[in-house]
Amino acid sequence: MGWSEGLGRRVLGATLAVAALAVLSLDLSPALAADGAAIALHGVGTVPACATCHGAQGQGNPRIGAPHLAGEGIDYLREQLANFAAGHRINPIMQPIAAGLTPEQRDAAAAFFAALPVPAPHPVPPGPDRAGALLAEQGRWSAGLPACTQCHGPNGIGVPPYIPRLAGLTAPYLTAQLLAWQQGHRPPGALGLMPVVASKLSAHDIKTLAAYFAALGGPSSPEAGR
Amino acid sequence: MTRMRSLRRLAPLAACLAAIVLPVAAFAAPPPAQAGFRPPPESAIPAGPFGRMVRLGEAIFRHTGTAAPQYVGSDLRCSNCHIDGGRLAGAAPLWAAWVAFPTYRSKTKQVNTFAQRLQGCFRYSMNGTAPPLGSKVLVALEAYSFWLAHGAPTGAKLAGRGYPKLPKPAAAPDYARGKIVFAQHCALCHGADGAGRRAGGRVVFPPLWGPRSFNWGAGMGSIVNAAAFIKANMPLGRGGSLTDQMAWDVAAYVDSHERPQDPRFAGSVAETRAKFHDSPYSMYGQTVNGHVLGAPGPK
Ligand code: HEC
Ligand code: HEC
Ligand code: HEC
Ligand code: HEC
Repeated sequence: MGWSEGLGRRVLGATLAVAALAVLSLDLSPALAADGAAIALHGVGTVPACATCHGAQGQGNPRIGAPHLAGEGIDYLREQLANFAAGHRINPIMQPIAAGLTPEQRDAAAAFFAALPVPAPHPVPPGPDRAGALLAEQGRWSAGLPACTQCHGPNGIGVPPYIPRLAGLTAPYLTAQLLAWQQGHRPPGALGLMPVVASKLSAHDIKTLAAYFAALGGPSSPEAGR
Repeated sequence: MTRMRSLRRLAPLAACLAAIVLPVAAFAAPPPAQAGFRPPPESAIPAGPFGRMVRLGEAIFRHTGTAAPQYVGSDLRCSNCHIDGGRLAGAAPLWAAWVAFPTYRSKTKQVNTFAQRLQGCFRYSMNGTAPPLGSKVLVALEAYSFWLAHGAPTGAKLAGRGYPKLPKPAAAPDYARGKIVFAQHCALCHGADGAGRRAGGRVVFPPLWGPRSFNWGAGMGSIVNAAAFIKANMPLGRGGSLTDQMAWDVAAYVDSHERPQDPRFAGSVAETRAKFHDSPYSMYGQTVNGHVLGAPGPK
């Protein structure tokens, strides 16, 4: 139902876009970017500006639980927006926002945020508890658990176009995502990788990992932009 | 208004989502091959000069390109194929290899020491040059392997050695089927062009073919080894999730692309194939898409 409807809209949209392209011989990408900036900074129709919550630089707002979007892989952002729009990823704030956008508008907003720069994380000096760092960087292969950084990159900076950045997400947000996968409340995502990873984490693991990646710093930390 | 409506939709959605997600967890990767032997934990590395050499060996194994750059000619690290720093059973662990040398090897037609085996890894898998026998790089790797094998019986054939060989495929490994498996299960990480991906200046997903991957002389260039490795370990974190046939097909696809020349090149591709690649499981010298693999010249 929702799938085919969405697909239909997407195909129609793509056809229209191609037609516009042919007639006006416009380059599609600058057009998309401009559109994306407008949606992100001013909103469209009843959809509020993304910047109200995610910040004009896409740096996120930890106080309201809005994660950073800057520099995330475009495929990842598109997929999450599609998930919210279809009601597969559950969040009372983001679902109506994503559902209020056409697939083209979602793609444009995704492209806008994907292109924004992100500051490098600032690795924390090892504290008394190295458990989080060890699990993040070496995993627990004796139980088939890979290291988080094997997929999320050094210091969890993310590997566009798909694997998202973990550095600087807040501990509550990180915890909520891992629990959502453990409980089947977030769609499995690419190749069903994260549900398997999450299924191998204890409550204590999640606590130390969330603290570790939150401390690595990201776009919303006070040091950012200096 | 909208928020109210979407909230009311939540309960049934959660239920239907659980239904979507559960089957995925149900075919989660099986636990890794059970090996009787367990190497000691990192925390057990002793202090002092020997412990320092063990640590150096581990650093070289995990970060080969930065810790021993003079001997590396690719974007790979030893631990890309020997997972978990050479500890993981079913991913050719160092501890199982240590107790199996010296041994006769058909590849060299000689009895080789462990150090000579390591030299081969640099020459072929790392597309580099062999560190001299007795050099610090080899001594450190030997110290690390010896330490990992602490307590293992010398000469024993330990469970978990090598990559668990797959039964012969039902249908001959097929490039076209492998291409589809690759697009669906591998390209996310290794890239559609097999060149791997970097982030923050570091290689995160290693290249599977092309100028920065292993060369034609490497063990992974044999479809038998590649299929065994892939079945047990790929996609990362989902080892064991492909069928045997999918593993054979995608191995054939990966090994049917250009990569650096075999350093034993004997003057012509045909001659080199006859001498070193005379097997249906080596694509070297075979024609794929109208192109003879291994042909020297611009790539
Ligand atoms: C009213 C505040 C608010 C507004 C406005 C808003 N968001 Fe969000 N957004 C959130 C919150 C809160 C989350 C975290 C959802 C969760 O916990 O699952 C989120 C999550 C996301 C995610 C998932 C990020 C990830 O790392 O998985 C994306 C993508 C996103 N928003 C894009 C947008 C876009 C594009 C817009 C504008 C069209 C927008 N958001 C507007 C609050 C907002
Ligand atoms: C085998 C690869 C792989 C490994 C290992 C891995 N991840 Fe992930 N991770 C992914 C992928 C792919 C996604 C995107 C999932 C999606 O599409 O929703 C992701 C997403 C996430 C997210 C959601 C981020 C956001 O912005 O909403 C969190 C949190 C996360 N991973 C935490 C971890 C932690 C902690 C570890 C280590 C215990 C880990 N991951 C290991 C592949 C991996
Ligand atoms: C591209 C993948 C790859 C890389 C990179 C690689 N190897 Fe290997 N290695 C293999 C394969 C394949 C075998 C053969 C396994 C078999 O025959 O079962 C092997 C075998 C070995 C063995 C013998 C194992 C045994 O049980 O007999 C050792 C020791 C070894 N490698 C060490 C290294 C070292 C040290 C490095 C880095 C300098 C390295 N390898 C890099 C793929 C790789
Ligand atoms: C979730 C990301 C991911 C996916 C999907 C994935 N790989 Fe890998 N692959 C890796 C990582 C990371 C390594 C290095 C492992 C390490 O260093 O521990 C690797 C290593 C390898 C290697 C050995 C190193 C080299 O460069 O030759 C081969 C071969 C390989 N993968 C093939 C495949 C095939 C075939 C598939 C699809 C069936 C696949 N991979 C899917 C992440 C992935």
